[in-house]
Amino acid sequence: MTIALDRPGAARARSLRAPRPGLAAAAVFLVLALLAALWPALFAGDPLAADPLHVLEAPSGQHWFGTDQLGRDVFARVVHGARHSLSIGVAATLIAVGAGILLGLLAGLSHKIADEALSRSFDALSAFPLVLLALLFIAIAGTGTTSLIVAIGMALVPHFARVVRAQTFVVRRAAYVTHAVAFGAARSRLVVRHVLPNVLGPVPVLAVLGLGEAILLAAGLSFLGMGPQPPSPEWGAMISEGRGYLHVAWWASVLPGAVVTATIVALTVAGRFYQRRFEGRELA
Amino acid sequence: MITAILRRAGAGLLVLWAAATAAYLALLAAPGDTVDAIVGDGADTPGIRAQIIQEWHLDRSAVVQYLDFLLRAAHGDLGRSYLLQRPVSAVIGSQLAPTLKLAVAAAVFGVVLALLFAVTARRLTSTAGLILVSTPPFLIGIILLSIFSFRLGWFPVSGDRGFAALVLPAITLGLPIAGTLAQVLRDGLDRALDEPFAVTARARGLRESGVLIRHALKHALLPAVTMLGWSFGVLIGGTVIVEQVFGRPGLGQVTVQAVNSSDLPVVLAVVILAAAVFVVINTVTDLAYLLIDPRLRRS
Repeated sequence: MTIALDRPGAARARSLRAPRPGLAAAAVFLVLALLAALWPALFAGDPLAADPLHVLEAPSGQHWFGTDQLGRDVFARVVHGARHSLSIGVAATLIAVGAGILLGLLAGLSHKIADEALSRSFDALSAFPLVLLALLFIAIAGTGTTSLIVAIGMALVPHFARVVRAQTFVVRRAAYVTHAVAFGAARSRLVVRHVLPNVLGPVPVLAVLGLGEAILLAAGLSFLGMGPQPPSPEWGAMISEGRGYLHVAWWASVLPGAVVTATIVALTVAGRFYQRRFEGRELA
Repeated sequence: MITAILRRAGAGLLVLWAAATAAYLALLAAPGDTVDAIVGDGADTPGIRAQIIQEWHLDRSAVVQYLDFLLRAAHGDLGRSYLLQRPVSAVIGSQLAPTLKLAVAAAVFGVVLALLFAVTARRLTSTAGLILVSTPPFLIGIILLSIFSFRLGWFPVSGDRGFAALVLPAITLGLPIAGTLAQVLRDGLDRALDEPFAVTARARGLRESGVLIRHALKHALLPAVTMLGWSFGVLIGGTVIVEQVFGRPGLGQVTVQAVNSSDLPVVLAVVILAAAVFVVINTVTDLAYLLIDPRLRRS
């Protein structure tokens, strides 16, 4: 064991075990966020109840995150916003995963020229700024929550398609696929029963990391005014609304923003942890 | 070497052609009538409609329109803005300078900070980097605004007048880049310090800082150069949001306005421009490898 620790790369092996407290914190935060999205009443009251007597009040025991320009409780809005923001992120990620698997399989199974053309465009698109891809879609389809979800999903598709294509490329040459062909399996059966289950390995990890990216992108786009419209408590929209009152009430935009950051950090920590676990199993 | 450069340039042209074609298809796919989009809120008579159809060649076949579009794009003519009724190239040209200034300032700040962090505070880098990368850029901007502009009054709240107005936006845009770049640099340094040549250098009695800067940094730089290509993508996307937060003029403002009013020619021109920048940066990065790593020159 001591010899193993002196090998190059031992530092990496050690760093695999390091961030346990971070992982625990991330897990707790994600569970709380999920609870908030499913059952917001558990944590906070009405996110729309205006109170003109208590406008732009600083955070206190009564209003943990203070109140906004209409006297609404910012904490309650953040809690209720979890449903909007998380469901936008999840829906967009599902679109990206579904379309990514389809396109990745298509590229990995098609002939050389088609594969080359498809995978080159995945490469180019996945290096392109996500915001611009999403904005391009919104410019064509118009603003609104559905359009926002589809735009984010489309922008993330190349990432998933790339990975699935690379996996497909390996799997289609595997011995069990050759055997199935030799036994006369139909092409559709071959793809569904033999190729598909074996290319899906890295997808869940990517989906967790992609969810973080989707939420980040959604917050950015709805900050630009392309998401759910006020008064619905969506995180990006809250930050955007609060920006106008920054000189008197920093909490109305900074605290919702901190929650967005915490969500993405938690998702990244969890995603990277499973990524390492997954890669470790691959090596063994 | 020359064939390598030529091949790169060819691939770059191919990407640009693909981007222009995708842009054209997007124009076709847009819902609603093109004539309606051009008329907008303006006067709408049959005479004006006929004039528009003639001016935009809408009466010809799709193939002719496509070739015409490509030919004009190659000459830098990307059509007219539906909304502003000015040539797109003029709209973009007038807003290019402030955005370019911001992007360059942010890139310089990000690279310098990443180098500083990776070399001096290696233990801290991964946590700090993770938080920086996960923070929405506009949140960094809002926090900086509320502390340094509203509370301390050191920097202007919005606009683009002088150096002071550039500081906060450049920091906002540069921090996420610094976060990622520092992580990559740190990983590279860790790996290089495990190599035999680092042991040899230490055995010769070199101080740890000497090993780090004289020997390991060079090796860590190669993956970091790859990230530089990526970070320009982040810069282009980031300016859209950062310009909005700080109320700066620039391409980002133009883009957001165009998206909100479905002014497709402008949006598409921005996308094509971004693709062009992307191609140039990636070609330069590939050539930079050859400069940094003599091993790559031989093959």
